[in-house]
Amino acid sequence: MVLVLAETQKGQFKKAAYELTYYGHQTAQALGTECAALVLGTAEGAEELGKYGASEVYHINDTALDTFDSQAYTKVIAAAAEKAGANVVIVGHTSTGKSLLGRLAVRMNAGSVPAVNAVPTLEGGTFKVRKPVFSGKAFADYEVKSDNKVLSLMGNSLQPQEVGQAASVETLDVEVPAAQVTVKEVKRMEGRTPLPEAELVVSAGRGMKGPENWGIIEELAETMGATTACSRPVADADWRPHHEHVGQTGVAIRPNLYFAIGISGAIQHLAGVNSSKTIVVINKDPEAPFFKAADYGVVGDLFDVVPRLNEAMKKFKAEN
Amino acid sequence: MKLLVCVSKTPETTAKIAFTEGNTQFDTSGVQFIMNPYDEWYALVRALELKEANGGSVTIINVGPAANDTVIRKGLAIGADEAVRVDAEPSSALFVAKQIAAYAKKEAFDVVFLGKETIDYNGSEVGAMVAELLDVPFISYASHMDMDGDTATVTRDIEGGNEVVEVKAPFVVSAAKGLAEQRIPNMRGIMMAKRKPLKVEPAVDAEDLSVAVHYELPPEKGDVKLVDPENMDELVRLLHEEAKAI
Ligand SMILES: Cc1cc2nc3c(=O)[nH]c(=O)nc-3n(C[C@H](O)[C@H](O)[C@H](O)COP(=O)(O)OP(=O)(O)OC[C@H]3O[C@@H](n4cnc5c(N)ncnc54)[C@H](O)[C@@H]3O)c2cc1C
Ligand SMILES: Nc1ncnc2c1ncn2[C@@H]1O[C@H](COP(=O)(O)O)[C@@H](O)[C@H]1O
Repeated sequence: MVLVLAETQKGQFKKAAYELTYYGHQTAQALGTECAALVLGTAEGAEELGKYGASEVYHINDTALDTFDSQAYTKVIAAAAEKAGANVVIVGHTSTGKSLLGRLAVRMNAGSVPAVNAVPTLEGGTFKVRKPVFSGKAFADYEVKSDNKVLSLMGNSLQPQEVGQAASVETLDVEVPAAQVTVKEVKRMEGRTPLPEAELVVSAGRGMKGPENWGIIEELAETMGATTACSRPVADADWRPHHEHVGQTGVAIRPNLYFAIGISGAIQHLAGVNSSKTIVVINKDPEAPFFKAADYGVVGDLFDVVPRLNEAMKKFKAEN
Repeated sequence: MKLLVCVSKTPETTAKIAFTEGNTQFDTSGVQFIMNPYDEWYALVRALELKEANGGSVTIINVGPAANDTVIRKGLAIGADEAVRVDAEPSSALFVAKQIAAYAKKEAFDVVFLGKETIDYNGSEVGAMVAELLDVPFISYASHMDMDGDTATVTRDIEGGNEVVEVKAPFVVSAAKGLAEQRIPNMRGIMMAKRKPLKVEPAVDAEDLSVAVHYELPPEKGDVKLVDPENMDELVRLLHEEAKAI
């Protein structure tokens, strides 16, 4: 049995939970077994996970799990895996999943592979799975030798598809240990999709000249429903908040569409964004290295091009 | 407070990524190695700041061969008091974590610092493993951390925001950008580092349960399609019809 941890935010499932369930379903098929989903704490609509391939949904409905403590979560997930008879546990490569994967590996005596982006294969009894390494500059195939296995799935790796019916939700009785960590405050920017989950990203660099010019970037992002990002020097100079910094030492992202505006395309920047499906570069310098990594390029002054692009996007949105 | 900082060695960020022996080994020829930026810029510096403010000691630990001593000495030059190197190839995250946990347990450290991930294998898993092996809390991706006695208030990055948590030592914490400001070692630090203790410890037994067996480079990007800057309708059309991105 494969068990996936379907994360919620304020009791609601997000696309990532469906993506992970669908991935768990595909993994289960590759291994010749079934996939169950595990839901922790307050949650609505858990039966929907069945549509994305969970043959069973287990719910540990204890409000103590509404705040995150990696130690308590690990004990609960390992206990649930045992009850469900699961030897493969998959979490998202999210802030929660990253805090859990290594713990689960130790607790379940399981070989772990973090940040995978492809479905595992089982050839001649050997379990293999692929993950990006060197910040997206290469891939590595990992072999897992132990009976128990834990994986974390990189976000936006596959498009969730409906493959079944709503499932019945079974409440699991598992003892929830007292948390050693007290969560004092959770701050999330409202409205926009967070960068690691965003499918559309509008990113800008030092070519913007100063923070006061960001209006045109915000407007384009607004029109497209995109999330904004920036290069490192821009965040370092406090032109933009740190959480917008993408690249090798910032957030690594893989959206469907990445706009790089006034960014030169230094190797450390590319490392965090080169897995994006489509890259558009807007730069006044035709020699900017980013053009080599781009699918589409516009050579021009961003202060002319971006407002024009925004108008074109608005027109497109109105017509579609 | 006894603080332990885990430091790893990674290829420098512009290093050419290539593989040898039938794509089973990373090709290290001509590659320069550095201390993993998250370990050096954030984890180590915040540990030093906390020691400077509250007293105690900062020890750095690396699991690796003797060739790693240059990276370890740099950590001493930045200001760590002493260093340990567990003399073994870091063959998997679990192997590394077991070495660190064994030493941390023996020496009873109050806080174990790590980087949020290494920039080569991008695992982000050693910290959680060490915490589970020690059965203590783990706070990942810390971008701010203060200590008052044995209680820490830590801000950790989460999707689209952050979370403020309170935790009592002993615990494990991984460092993200913002936790501290990079420090450049000065001449005095470099001279002093030569005389600071660097202990070499034998490895404890540990198995590798998962290992990388094959590498591949991504396919080359095709040529960029240039669009007339006067004609953004065309770009939008291409993104919709050709790339199916919008
Ligand atoms: C260890 C290390 C780690 C790093 N990690 C990261 C990282 O994670 N992320 C990251 O981004 N960087 C990182 N860097 C920094 C990186 O090397 C580059 O310095 C940085 O990405 C450059 O940012 P930029 O492209 O915004 O600025 P610049 O390199 O200054 O480029 C600005 C671009 O804007 C263009 N431009 C200027 N004016 C206009 C205009 N009017 N219209 C159109 N185009 C215009 C210019 O032609 C130029 O190409 C790292 C560096 C090191 C050493
Ligand atoms: N060989 C090693 N020796 C000491 N610390 C390490 C080693 N490898 C990884 N670490 C620590 O673990 C962190 C996370 O690494 P990883 O889980 O491999 O991404 C790094 O930032 C280091 O602090």
